[in-house]
Amino acid sequence: MGTTQLLFWFLSILAILGAILVVTSKNPVHSVLWLIVVFVAISGHYILLDAQFLAIVNLIVYAGAIMVLFLFVFMLMNLNADTEPQKNRWLKIAGVVTGGALLLVLVAALKKADLKAQMAEMGKGDIGLIHNLGLVLFKDYVVPFEISSVLFLSAMVGVVVIGKKAEEDKTTLGSQKYGG
Amino acid sequence: MTQLVWLVPALPLAGFLINGLFRNQLSKSLTGIIGSGTVLGAFVVSLLIFGEVRQEGFQPVVVTLFDFISVGKLSIPFAFQVDSLSALFLLIITGVGFLIHLYSTAYMHEENAPQFARYFSYLNLFVFSMLLLVLGANFIILFIGWEGVGLCSYLLIGYWFQNTDYDDAARKAFIMNRIGDVAFLIAIFYMVNKFGSVSFDEVFGKASTLSTGAATVITLLLFVGATGKSAQIPLYTWLPDAMAGPTPVSALIHAATMVTAGIYMIARSHVLYDLAPVTQTVVAVIGLATALLAATIALKQNDIKKVLAYSTVSQLGYMFLGLGVGAYTGAVFHVMTHAFFKALLFLGAGSVIHAMGGEQDIRKMGGLRKALPQTTGTFFIGCIAIAGIPPFAGFFSKDEILTAAYAKNPVYYAVGVFTALLTAFYMFRLFAMTFGGKFRGTHEQEHHLHESPAAMTIPLWVLAILSVVGGFVGIPAVIAPNAHWLAKFLGPVVGEGTGAELASGTEWGLIATSVVLALIGSIGAWARFSKKPELGEPTGFGKVLANKWYVDEFYNAMIVRPLDLLAQFLVFFDKNIVDGIVNGVGRLVQYGSRQLRLLQSGQVGGYVLLMVLGILILFLVELFSGGSGTVTKAVVGH
Amino acid sequence: MPINYYIFLSVALFCIGVAGVLTRRNAIIIFMCVELMLNAVNLLLVAFSKMHYHAMSAAMPSAGIDAQLFVFFIMVVAAAEVSVGLAIIVMMYRNTHSIDVNFLNRLKH
Repeated sequence: MGTTQLLFWFLSILAILGAILVVTSKNPVHSVLWLIVVFVAISGHYILLDAQFLAIVNLIVYAGAIMVLFLFVFMLMNLNADTEPQKNRWLKIAGVVTGGALLLVLVAALKKADLKAQMAEMGKGDIGLIHNLGLVLFKDYVVPFEISSVLFLSAMVGVVVIGKKAEEDKTTLGSQKYGG
Repeated sequence: MTQLVWLVPALPLAGFLINGLFRNQLSKSLTGIIGSGTVLGAFVVSLLIFGEVRQEGFQPVVVTLFDFISVGKLSIPFAFQVDSLSALFLLIITGVGFLIHLYSTAYMHEENAPQFARYFSYLNLFVFSMLLLVLGANFIILFIGWEGVGLCSYLLIGYWFQNTDYDDAARKAFIMNRIGDVAFLIAIFYMVNKFGSVSFDEVFGKASTLSTGAATVITLLLFVGATGKSAQIPLYTWLPDAMAGPTPVSALIHAATMVTAGIYMIARSHVLYDLAPVTQTVVAVIGLATALLAATIALKQNDIKKVLAYSTVSQLGYMFLGLGVGAYTGAVFHVMTHAFFKALLFLGAGSVIHAMGGEQDIRKMGGLRKALPQTTGTFFIGCIAIAGIPPFAGFFSKDEILTAAYAKNPVYYAVGVFTALLTAFYMFRLFAMTFGGKFRGTHEQEHHLHESPAAMTIPLWVLAILSVVGGFVGIPAVIAPNAHWLAKFLGPVVGEGTGAELASGTEWGLIATSVVLALIGSIGAWARFSKKPELGEPTGFGKVLANKWYVDEFYNAMIVRPLDLLAQFLVFFDKNIVDGIVNGVGRLVQYGSRQLRLLQSGQVGGYVLLMVLGILILFLVELFSGGSGTVTKAVVGH
Repeated sequence: MPINYYIFLSVALFCIGVAGVLTRRNAIIIFMCVELMLNAVNLLLVAFSKMHYHAMSAAMPSAGIDAQLFVFFIMVVAAAEVSVGLAIIVMMYRNTHSIDVNFLNRLKH
């Protein structure tokens, strides 16, 4: 077993473990931290798959920015304690069973597919480099790229609008709540 | 002139539209002028057409107005046929129709203006439909007119619809006619199937290709239609009830014209009947039975209009006897004379009823000859005419039918001549009870008695004159050779006399017998009833006759009651089982939705769970059914 | 590595995400589970990209590069989505003082 295989198994186990802990942790902050672990593991997989650019972006955007945003929100709400009310136990079991069944079905279906010969070979190829990606992105995908900027803009506007509205609501609600 | 034949029905139609649409605006006198005037106009046109038709060498003309139905190979034009038969009927309908319109202006004077206009518009519509019936150049146009007169008959019988009994009578007439109409319609369909056409020319032209069986079926079905319209056994019971309508209506529709539609139709399609001897026998037997049955019932009726109604049924039976034995000319001849004297009798009866202030029971009349001299005189002429005493009209036509019947089968003749005796008897019983003896009504009625106005007596006299001289168009050969003008006139259309030639001695004997019997009946009845009217309730066999052989009761028990029971059962079935199923489905849906509603908990988690389950099921179906899944292939494929 | 392994890893991560969405009531945790599912898909896309490159690079040097760009775009969309989603959650928290999805049962009405 070479180093890459070892790394693969390590990162895979880390990702699955992290994912399970995300779901099962009582403390939401722990969930966020475990999710960061999962993202780091996935970034590791990207590097193994020679997708260096994506690995970096994943780390910066997901594990960095987005997860910080999540943590921020938790702190904003002061939800670090285990305050989540417990769901109906039967519903929980039903959720787990359904998820498991989905896994079972997908695995069973994919097992039939003859994919043994298909390899995702590692350590070869340069398509993951910024240079190559950039060439394709600004040649073939320039229109979607520009549209995505519009998407960001609209998302930003939306967030501001929602936040503003919430502030107004908060003032009226708060005055009612604390005024009386 | 024949090209203008469309004017004949168009004029009454215009009258119907004007009177019907503007009934709230028109005054009564104007309504009367429009109603009668349009029919008079139609009569004038008919007269001109008749003048053309009776010329030597006239060939029947078919006037096509427009295409009415055109489906595939079947084409039915809206066409009128002008020949001697339709021209004769045109004259009868518009002539008698005009007289009755004139009479109605006086008879219906007590109605208020809109009702008066409604009456005249119906009457005009009737004349229009009847003209359509006799003018139609194919069975479909004939059928349109046939239905139109049925509708008008219904509307006019139920003219005083506030009275439930009259309403019921109207419905009865309509429904019984309907039974016959269905058979008629089937006959038309069958003809379309056999000939691919319904026009008279083609059907009669190709008739010889028909098998006897098919001809029998068609003619029998047509005859069933005729029994409904012309009140023959078994569908005759509506006609006496139809007397609920105003008396001029009874005279026009239920004596002179509409009820003779069946005779017209059979005479028109005599080519087919000649091919079906079985049907001819059936027609003759039914006609004869109806004649006898109705005559016996008429013996014991006390309602002046009912007596005349049964007399009409009986005379119609005669006409069918004539058709059955092949004396088509005789039957049409009798239609004509019957139109004269029966319209006369009905209008006379109307005059009596008018004078008596609505009273129709002859037991409460008597001695009216002093107060109503003109009515009495004309009514007497009508009675002689219908009794068949020479030289009045009824004698010639009846004699022609009876002679033909004797030639076919002496039994027909015996029954027919016995019926003639009964006819004379009940007519003179009616005459004696109404006009003879002393007045038996209330003092008030006696005070009120008066002769009718001129608008009523003029039609009476005109019809009376026609009843006297109407027979001279058909003098039998044995009396004056070559004097039978009508036979020559109608010959090209209904065929020359088909009856076997009789020895002149035999024929004289037959004439003598019928005349003697008619005289015996008339004088016997007069002697029996003029002094000592029959006032008490009938007993024994008379009671059976007074109750019309209990035919209505029999029909009620055999047909109406079982139908009622069936209807009740179906109502039960519908309410409990059909409705039960429908309501059950509704309730099931309601229950199901109430249970399904619980799924809509509003919990997002629940929705997501269901969504994932749905995805799961889709995966299962997609990946594990139908062998190797397409998704798997898509994953592998490049 | 055989592509199978990546497929099974991704499917496992995805199903864990599904199970998380179904079992948790905390809106933010559910949101995070959705992110987990997105990442599982991303991983699979990259793996397929690599597989594709391996099979096709002889004919086309840039084979499989599209998949990586898709991942890039998914990240773009996910970032926008997260910002809006979190804003909504914050607003919901301000209105109800809870981020329990079971409070959001207005759909019933």
